Amino acid sequence: MASAADAPVLPGHRDTPRGLAVAAIVMILFLIVAPFVLYPIFLMKALCFALFACAFNLLLGYVGLLSFGHALYFGWASYVAAYAAKSWGLSPELAILAGTATAAGLGIIAGIVAIRRQGIYFAMITLALAQMMYLVALRVKFTGGEDGIQAVPRGHLFGVFDLGVEMNMYVFVTLLVLAALFLIYRIIDSPFGEVLRAIRENEQRAISLGYRTDRYKLVAFVLSATLAGLAGATKALVFQLASLTDVHWTMSGEVVLMTLVGGLGTVFGPIVGAFLIVAMENYLAPFGQWVLVIQGGIFVVCVLVFRRGIVGELAHRLRVRL
Amino acid sequence: MRIASVVLVVAAVLAAPSAYAEDLAVKIGVMSDMSGLYSDLGGPGSVAAAKLAIEDFNPAAHGMKVDLVTGDMLNKPDVGSNLARQWFDVDHVDMIVDVPNSGVALAVNEVAREKNKVFIVSGAATSDLTGPKCSPNTVHWTYDTWMLANGTGKALVKTGGDTWFFVTADYAFGHALERDTTAVVVANGGKVLGSVSVPLNTPDFSSFLLQAQASKAKIIGLANAGGDTINSIKQGAEFGIVSGGQHFAGLLVFITDVNSLGLKTAQGLVLTSTWYWDMTDANRAWTKRWQALMPGKLPSMVQAGVYSGVTHYLKAVAALKAASDGKAVVAKMKEMPTDDPLFGKGTIRADGRKIHPAYLFEVKKPEESKYPGDYYKLRATIPADEAFRPMKDDHCPLVSSN
Amino acid sequence: MFEIFGIPSQALFGQLLLGLINGSFYALLSLGLAVIFGMLNIINFTHGAQYMMGAFAAYMLLQYLGLNYWVALIVVPILVGITGIVIERLFLKRIQNLDHLYGLILTFGLALIIEGLFRNYYGSSGQPYQIPDELRGGRNLGFMFLPNYRAWVIAASLVVCFGTWFAIERTRLGSYLRAATENPTLVRAFGINVPRMVTLTYGFGVALAALAGVMAAPIYNVSPQMGSDIIIVVFAVVVIGGMGSIMGAILTGFALGIVEGLTKVFFPEASNTVIFAIMILVLLVRPAGLFGRGV
Repeated sequence: MASAADAPVLPGHRDTPRGLAVAAIVMILFLIVAPFVLYPIFLMKALCFALFACAFNLLLGYVGLLSFGHALYFGWASYVAAYAAKSWGLSPELAILAGTATAAGLGIIAGIVAIRRQGIYFAMITLALAQMMYLVALRVKFTGGEDGIQAVPRGHLFGVFDLGVEMNMYVFVTLLVLAALFLIYRIIDSPFGEVLRAIRENEQRAISLGYRTDRYKLVAFVLSATLAGLAGATKALVFQLASLTDVHWTMSGEVVLMTLVGGLGTVFGPIVGAFLIVAMENYLAPFGQWVLVIQGGIFVVCVLVFRRGIVGELAHRLRVRL
Repeated sequence: MRIASVVLVVAAVLAAPSAYAEDLAVKIGVMSDMSGLYSDLGGPGSVAAAKLAIEDFNPAAHGMKVDLVTGDMLNKPDVGSNLARQWFDVDHVDMIVDVPNSGVALAVNEVAREKNKVFIVSGAATSDLTGPKCSPNTVHWTYDTWMLANGTGKALVKTGGDTWFFVTADYAFGHALERDTTAVVVANGGKVLGSVSVPLNTPDFSSFLLQAQASKAKIIGLANAGGDTINSIKQGAEFGIVSGGQHFAGLLVFITDVNSLGLKTAQGLVLTSTWYWDMTDANRAWTKRWQALMPGKLPSMVQAGVYSGVTHYLKAVAALKAASDGKAVVAKMKEMPTDDPLFGKGTIRADGRKIHPAYLFEVKKPEESKYPGDYYKLRATIPADEAFRPMKDDHCPLVSSN
Repeated sequence: MFEIFGIPSQALFGQLLLGLINGSFYALLSLGLAVIFGMLNIINFTHGAQYMMGAFAAYMLLQYLGLNYWVALIVVPILVGITGIVIERLFLKRIQNLDHLYGLILTFGLALIIEGLFRNYYGSSGQPYQIPDELRGGRNLGFMFLPNYRAWVIAASLVVCFGTWFAIERTRLGSYLRAATENPTLVRAFGINVPRMVTLTYGFGVALAALAGVMAAPIYNVSPQMGSDIIIVVFAVVVIGGMGSIMGAILTGFALGIVEGLTKVFFPEASNTVIFAIMILVLLVRPAGLFGRGV
């Protein structure tokens, strides 16, 4: 994704992030009002996917590495969190922590193997690794195979707040996701983030400047995997279920779709993309298999004529950073 | 005079809406496999059965209004559970029926329990639904894995099939069926030589069948259903399994499977079922009506179970005059004896198990079949009180002795 | 019947045979991918869907036109190859100057569309396709039972694979192809119509996938997701073999099929994942792949 003509306008991180501030306020206001108008479970699902997509975007939009197997971290974190909450009886924050830690561990292992190649090979390797872990999930006892881990208790947050009450859960998920999104923003806007962008633009040059690009790429990879895991672990508690769908390659494809539609390399793009795609799937659920066709169609259209994505296009027109 | 007529008109207008307000609104959701490997034995046919049940019940005569919604659970527990949640929370569905997938049924079972709605399982088989996972909101209709094991399993062991190898669908249903059948085989003096777990919807059974062949077991027990069973039997022929002296035991075979396989391949298969379209005049008459909605198809026991379950549910709701409290409705369903043209008279036990007789059938040879759909000959009838697992063995928390 | 390492020979050779058959499909598909990658430098994610289209086309020819398997073997690759040419002209030409990752995403999208359309029409369970009568039955070889159709699949794939290799590596047309991969501008300067060669090459790669689909139809049920299940394994095969050589793709395909078959005998739980495990090993030791050239 190194073509400069496609990169969104980035007026330097020292400029006042006016566009970002406005967008953030709009988003927070929306999240405050929404649960009274829309189905809270739908909102929580969209928030988890927004985090997942932002984590994925960290790798694709900013480092230029397309991971086609991100469901690996999302799904396995979801399994571990579900198992921890159900069979070990851990309270929700510990269960989520367990899931996230698992994703981090898997990210390190996968990263070490995958970083050795670039571009298309990197994508194929991540896909193959994710598929391998999908097949493992199919066989291993604790994941429950086709049945998944069901009846996961939401428990009491810090032993105090009953997450079985929908509103409590919503507030928890919203705060968690917002915090994680802010973390991602800080990563992007740091000197570390600048090096990542440099690697994306021209890796050889970054190496010649003395940067150990492999190390940077691995760190970015692990960060991306960990945050994807955080999203997955939270989702397991929202739906009280962890299943094979979360580790299947179609899940990896969906997060690519969300990021592409929303806008690669933008801050808010993946969030918008996630909400849009989750809403679309909800709306189209009675139409069964048309969802696949429409998703495929969106991919094709985006690659051919809409590479900047919604937020990217908006940012380009308004000449702000979004 | 003018004032009087105005008063009359106003009174009429005020009286009219209250006539509508008396109609009790009930919403039923048929959740099934509409496009996958179980779509023939459930799917659109289940929807048709539900429609017939509502029609025959005649809601208007009971002061009720019944709406029907349908959904595809795609054989995925997360899809099923999300759909159930959405139906109960947002769409005001009162009862979900069918769900021919044990993994999904277990998930929906939990959601129905949490939201205090009603779940009538016609399609799924796992006997856990009236066992450790039993719920005051769930009724398990039609059949279950224990009944199948004690029907087909026992019959085969008694006629000399004393060594078994299982080819098992790797999810709740397959495991439950293998477990229950193993218990029967062992209790009757047989031995299980081994088993292999196969992912659901596997297209190629050849390597698993080779393992079954290598085990030299007399009976290869197919603990799977629908498309999986059909594939196993077809591919077994390719590798000369039956000609090599081993026999397939289709532990769960539907008439739709026999249809797909054809009598030439399926002849001689022994199977257990609780309903066959050609057994009574009432069944035949109903099948004709059902076929008007589903031309060219044969109804399975699952679809008949949907009809029967919906009928009894509506009767219970009419008696209670309310549908919102799931536990109360199910309690009423257990209190009232069941009676419908398809399953006749029966009862629902405290653990949620619907009780009716089971039948052991054998698939006819092609020359024995006189007309389309004439597939089964009756080998034995298992009376209602023996067909299902005794409550004391349930391990169901609802039953006080467990 | 004798035993090897405690496994009855019938089981061992039976699984090896199945492994060889899987290997035939891996070889055919990775060959197609390698050919396409060599010329267009894109990973054709749609390959799996095109394999599925081949199987469905064979089914549809039989169901609606009564044309049998042998006709399908010739007609289907041509038909599906033409759809491939249409895809190349409509979509791939437009993005050939972009980052190659866009190609992967685009072909992924196309694969979803194709699979979704077939799922809508045919549901997600399989359609039956009978083994042609001439190839029914099997032979009891004493140490194993050899179904005739499966023997045919192995023989046919070997012929097609080596035929393709010969065409590319040893004929003049093949040499134009290889030259155009290295230096398209120069080859164009010699008067050879490179864009048309690219289009035809893509069509040929797709035809190979469709041929594999036709051969798979009687064995694996014809279902819409048959393509996506196999394509990811083929990706792993390609990574292991390295994208450099045609022969590499063929050999790796067959070899990995055999390894998978052996694993089914001695260590069945791992049989699904052994190819991926080997991929990880190869990546750690020889990142370019077994036959690859450079990273």
